[in-house]
Amino acid sequence: MIKNNIKYLAILALGLVACEPEFDNPLEETTAFTSGEADFSNYVALGNSLTAGYADGALYVTGQENSYPNILSKQFAFAGGGEFTQPLMSDNTGGGLIAGVQLLNNRLVLAVVDDKGTRAPRRLAGTPTTEMTTNLNSSFNNMGIPSAKSYELLAPGYGSAVGLQTGTANPYFVRFASSPTTTVLEDALEQDPSFFSLWIGSNDVLLYALEGGVDMDHNETGNTDPSTYMRNDITNTAVFDQAYTTLVDALTAGGRKGVLLNLPDVTSIPFFTTVPNNALVLSAEQAANLTGFFQAFAGIATQVLASPPNNIPLAQAQAIAAQYAIQFNPGPNKFLIKEESPTNPFGFRQMTDEELLLLTIDQGALGQGYGAVVLTDDVLQVLGILQMGGTPTPEQGALVIGAVNAIDDKDVLDAQELASISNATTSYNATIKSAADTHGLAFVDAKASLAQVANGGIPINGGVITSQFGTGGGFSLDGVHPTPRGYALIANLIMDAIKSTYKSNLPKVDPADFGTITVSNDIAQ
Amino acid sequence: MRKLLLLVLFVLVTMVTYAGGYRVSVQGQRAMAMGHTGVAVVNSAELVFFNPAGLVYLENKLNVSVGASGIFSEVIFQNEELGISSETDNSVGTPLNVYASYQVNEWMSVGLGVYTPYGSEVTWPTDWAGSQLVNNIDLAAIYIQPVVSFKLSDHFSIGGGPIYVTGSVNFNRNASRTTTDLEGNRSNITVDDTGVSNWGWSIGAMFNPTENFHLGFSYRSEIILESTDGEATFANFPNSPLAPANGTTGFEAELPLPAELTVGLSYEYKKWLFAFDYNRQFWDVYESLDLTFGNGQTSINPRNYKNSSVYRFGLQYAATEKITLRAGYYIDESPVQAGFFAPETPRNDSDGFSGGLSFAITPKLAIDASFFFLRFEEIDASYDFGANGESFGGTYESSAFGPGIGLTYKM
Repeated sequence: MIKNNIKYLAILALGLVACEPEFDNPLEETTAFTSGEADFSNYVALGNSLTAGYADGALYVTGQENSYPNILSKQFAFAGGGEFTQPLMSDNTGGGLIAGVQLLNNRLVLAVVDDKGTRAPRRLAGTPTTEMTTNLNSSFNNMGIPSAKSYELLAPGYGSAVGLQTGTANPYFVRFASSPTTTVLEDALEQDPSFFSLWIGSNDVLLYALEGGVDMDHNETGNTDPSTYMRNDITNTAVFDQAYTTLVDALTAGGRKGVLLNLPDVTSIPFFTTVPNNALVLSAEQAANLTGFFQAFAGIATQVLASPPNNIPLAQAQAIAAQYAIQFNPGPNKFLIKEESPTNPFGFRQMTDEELLLLTIDQGALGQGYGAVVLTDDVLQVLGILQMGGTPTPEQGALVIGAVNAIDDKDVLDAQELASISNATTSYNATIKSAADTHGLAFVDAKASLAQVANGGIPINGGVITSQFGTGGGFSLDGVHPTPRGYALIANLIMDAIKSTYKSNLPKVDPADFGTITVSNDIAQ
Repeated sequence: MRKLLLLVLFVLVTMVTYAGGYRVSVQGQRAMAMGHTGVAVVNSAELVFFNPAGLVYLENKLNVSVGASGIFSEVIFQNEELGISSETDNSVGTPLNVYASYQVNEWMSVGLGVYTPYGSEVTWPTDWAGSQLVNNIDLAAIYIQPVVSFKLSDHFSIGGGPIYVTGSVNFNRNASRTTTDLEGNRSNITVDDTGVSNWGWSIGAMFNPTENFHLGFSYRSEIILESTDGEATFANFPNSPLAPANGTTGFEAELPLPAELTVGLSYEYKKWLFAFDYNRQFWDVYESLDLTFGNGQTSINPRNYKNSSVYRFGLQYAATEKITLRAGYYIDESPVQAGFFAPETPRNDSDGFSGGLSFAITPKLAIDASFFFLRFEEIDASYDFGANGESFGGTYESSAFGPGIGLTYKM
């Protein structure tokens, strides 16, 4: 009997093993995920800060871990993808040292900056530990170089520490360039990638926009020699076209497959869409006062124009001055910006609907007359004289004219600048699409997707990703670069494109699993 | 964060989640071997739990039953769309029971029971895909119950008694799917409390139409464990007025231990005994798990359980004078409704199979052994009531196996 029982116990023990749960179709055995016609065994990503995983105005470890190439590589691993390496920074502070001196800023965090609970991005406290001139002596699958422009991926010496002093090198590439004379493209090809992604060109136009369009548009100048460009100039489209074509030709040599991404519009980026151009909110009384002020201004302007040394005929002077009799209404009004134009002798006008203010504008100043008028007691006195039917002296008139405090060019993208940006972006995107078509590469319309993020948002599990600054989830605190969640969205877009072109099937990521911005009050004082 | 609570216990005792929700139906080796039937089985002191009314019909003056099981459980999870998978690494659950009854006179017996009908022990890998719902949970409750049983006639008896419960909880989960400190460490909250106690009661009745045929009824009351003295630990939150401070604070929460109604019968024919129990578990009391923390944070977790039933069938065969064989089968419905499938109690409907035997070492002392195996279908399920209405789900499959051993003494 006992012997029998032992037998039963043995059966029970077997049963114990047999009752390990197992799925009908275990993930690790699934054949549903395939690379299709692509080969993900050695994926190399080329690009700029967007490819590097830059966010919150800095490059730091957790940001890099959530770069879209790194996210992609984990999904590629379901279909033959190999190891994916990145030139990780030394810390999560962000920022960097060049020869021991901090020249790259720490990351931004969302801080509470006063007793009222006001939230604002601030630089994280701490000293960065990444010495940019220390070469890591290795190549990396992620060749995203923050700040790189299209033609710079082809520039010898772009990774030369010596070149940092002359501005011909990039500290991020200096960290892992295989030699002082190599190019980003060469180092990428040296890795013999089986698959590549290329997202380049944003900086060819974006740097111009980020500085308020105060620099040169080489589509206007016709200058096609990038060695003469200033940092924030718009690259001539012929230069871009040639650089881009060279890159894609080299990357697709031997039939190598890959994916190209186009460039978003600046109007999709919170850096340009956060500060409204009509935040001059007035009461009925304020509006009437301001309207009165500009009626007075127009009258004074007429006088000035009709007087020596201008001596413009009165009727013509009145016609010119009429543009300054700006009407203000109760509620929101557009700000005034500076404008240089022969037909605008006093150099300011009201913003138009499409014109944009930059995130970096002094928003405190906007509440204190920046973009409108600074009404001092002296100015009010002059207005009083006018109201009583008096005639102000030229000195008093100058006081009124000087009271106008229009927004500087560096804080705004005006219609002309927007046209320059749009023109360049459209042309670059045509080049990118054409390259994708020519070589049969996967193509991601990042412009369209980011426009969707900016206009209504993209629904995700438990919410919506929008480009609302600080809260939308799509953009980090620099207002330009995505959050990890935004990068996850891009990774999914890329997988869609690869699936469409190469018939691969990869598991998507859930953007809700990726973080957004970090709150902290550990900020530099 | 969040969840939790309650019950206590001995440090040595942990439990697993077997029987819908966090009900662990392993309250006697002999009953367990018969599919956990017993409301109408007059067999041993296990009646203290199953139906105190039956104690007065036990033949011996003194009856003692002690036992313990080891529960080996595992849950696996995968989401094919996202290519994510995980599996639990649960420790072995050990429900135990001690029962004794004493026949004071022909009309009255008294008894005492210590048993562990509720608990949950689930350990997922830290920071796994569902970590915003649970990383790990260890919930335990010990019931201590004196009972008295009155024979009103040879055909009818009643019994019952008060229940004292002491419970404990330790529960950890991440603050959200994404919140981290500056170094990327996931922000998380642990709640911990022990010695959470409350009182309840049970009553039972037994009707014996014939000597071989018993009908039983029992009802155990709902007990709400209210945790007020526990400690919540916030960890890895960024230093900001916009985030809770790291460190410990208090918390308050309630966890219901639902009422259970059982009706059943047993019929004895020669060497055979057949038993059937029907359990109705009143899980609808578990609407939401709400935690209020001392630092002002709150956590609201809808549960919306429904009442559930278990159908149990048991068979006993007296093979020899010394050996009695038992087998059972049961259908265990989950109280978890669609869309509320949270991985801290990952239960769907299951089929239970059990078996066991008693070996009489002496006429007074017997060894009881049992095992059970719960078979679950894999299920596509999700919890759709996370922060901002976010959903977490995929395919789950569970298994549980529980061998147990005990002693029965009578004189």
